[in-house]
Amino acid sequence: MSTDLAIETHNLGRVYTVRNRRERRIRKEIVALQDVNLQIPRGELFGLLGPNGAGKTTLIKILTTLLSPTTGWARVAGYDVVREPHKIRPRINMVSGGEASGYGLLTVRENLWMFAQFYGLPSREANRRIEELLRRIGLADRIHTKSSDLSTGLRQKMNIVRGFLTDPEILFLDEPTLGLDVNAARDVRQFIREWLDAHPDRTVLLTTHYMVEADELCDRVAIISQGRVLACDSPEALKRRLQREALFDIDITAPNGLTAAALEALPGVRKAVLTDADGGARLSLVLAADSVLPGVIGVLTERAVQVRHLTKREPTLEDVFVELVGRPLAEEEGQDEQ
Amino acid sequence: MRPPIHQSTTLPTTNLPTRWAAAWRSFRIATWLGWQIESNWTDPFLFAIYSMLKPLASAAILVVMYGVITNGQFQNPIFPYIYLGNAFYIYVGAVMTGVSWAVIDDREHYRTLKYIYVAPIRIPAYWLGRGVARFLTGSFAVLITLAAGVLFLHVPFQPARVDWLLFLVSLTLGVVMLALMGLVLASISLMIAHHFFLIGEAVAGALYLLSGAIFPLEVLPPWLRPLGFAMPITYWLELIRRSLLGDIASGFPTLSGFTNGQLLGILAGLSVLFGLMAAVTFRFCDRRAREKGLIDRTTNY
Repeated sequence: MSTDLAIETHNLGRVYTVRNRRERRIRKEIVALQDVNLQIPRGELFGLLGPNGAGKTTLIKILTTLLSPTTGWARVAGYDVVREPHKIRPRINMVSGGEASGYGLLTVRENLWMFAQFYGLPSREANRRIEELLRRIGLADRIHTKSSDLSTGLRQKMNIVRGFLTDPEILFLDEPTLGLDVNAARDVRQFIREWLDAHPDRTVLLTTHYMVEADELCDRVAIISQGRVLACDSPEALKRRLQREALFDIDITAPNGLTAAALEALPGVRKAVLTDADGGARLSLVLAADSVLPGVIGVLTERAVQVRHLTKREPTLEDVFVELVGRPLAEEEGQDEQ
Repeated sequence: MRPPIHQSTTLPTTNLPTRWAAAWRSFRIATWLGWQIESNWTDPFLFAIYSMLKPLASAAILVVMYGVITNGQFQNPIFPYIYLGNAFYIYVGAVMTGVSWAVIDDREHYRTLKYIYVAPIRIPAYWLGRGVARFLTGSFAVLITLAAGVLFLHVPFQPARVDWLLFLVSLTLGVVMLALMGLVLASISLMIAHHFFLIGEAVAGALYLLSGAIFPLEVLPPWLRPLGFAMPITYWLELIRRSLLGDIASGFPTLSGFTNGQLLGILAGLSVLFGLMAAVTFRFCDRRAREKGLIDRTTNY
């Protein structure tokens, strides 16, 4: 094991046992994480990309010492999360998006000052950092506002400042832009990037189900689905996997009974995904080569499917996700919710 | 197989001075937070009115019931026995449930428990700190109740005859004991995601009957009395009554065979026992709550 690793996991797993509330003897096991092996060096912004319910939050809970794993082990800052949580806690901080936590009776400054005190930050230094971070995230004018009077988005910004305030060695950001509007999410992403540029020795583990966020921010990304890490590499390297193939988006009027499976049966069609689009449908194709396209167009013509627009494009993380999981992320989330 | 624990180049955080510093820091900031929460939920005038009316109203219920049942025998020694027991029992609700309530408040209401949990603090010290504000508001309630009893109901309180040393020692020991009982409850609250709102009230209610707060233990059925004798609150209330009322309190048979020194010894011993129990319960519940994923599980009750 190298001490240069901020986070290391080995065959990490977590199974939740859920009891039937009426019949206590009946138990159901839910596998939230399975055989997760990660090595995250110091100074990296590492992304966990996956749909809701993929196991991202479970992994963060284990790494922040809130939850014990059921199999395997994990080390944060070189310390075991089960046996040495008290050595990990001074070195980390965490922020969860999409929730309105905080003491509503306290002002923004009081909330942040209090958490800084828990980490032993001198009061004057804490106040200096609070003012600086609030200014950078665009919340300086609310410093004396009670947090109960903040909108959900502003409260989330306050919590993001809380995470950065203690200058942690390792910061865990669980869906930090969840529920924020486009501008606020952009502010937060910029804030994270600037902070890391100013603190190159710090490590950030960020979970997200926004492809753009992972692509824009992360040095490396692990794609996680149903508790398993399916791939782990830099966004560029992940996308390069698909660059040997040709990617096309075809907007059509109506599928007329055409299915993705029928297209995937064609030679050279690696993946076909059919989704609803404005007034028709969109066909996303991963082809072995450009030369496969005429065959696809031929099938569309046979079925009297009209092509409205055809684009050849560069691969995105969404394509990588589809390639690995077999479904788009949005569809995967829909399935999780069922 | 787990790799061996490596020696970090950064300072360890488990040496004793650091642990004590973390405990003091946790207690101090939690005290500040607790007071902000207790005192800021309404404007100061309403807060003052509420703080006075609440204890007076609950004492008035007891006094009216007593008056109806005894045909107004307020000169009977049982009346100050009941009145003082009830007044000081306010501390049980304030300190014991005040400490344990911090878990519920942070987890369910403010949704901050997980952030506090991952901070480098000593959780039991933090809970104790959260109980301080309740102790202060509880003390105010006790004072108001006592003043009303002395001024309007002729509770025989003569400052010159009070054993102040015994009173202060008993009060301090009692508050510490109640805080330790609160730690046990707080630890259990960590483990129970459902129905934990009821724990503090249920325990405080049961102890109200079992610890001789409003009637001597002889009134209880014989099979319930050992529970009363096992409760440190029983000895604490006896010591408080003896220090404030002197001979009137000593006249009741329950603990008449014990000297003040013996009662203090029993109270101190039981407090140490609850301290050990709090430490063991916290370690167990902390581990189990992490294993079961209960630290940040909310019920939205």
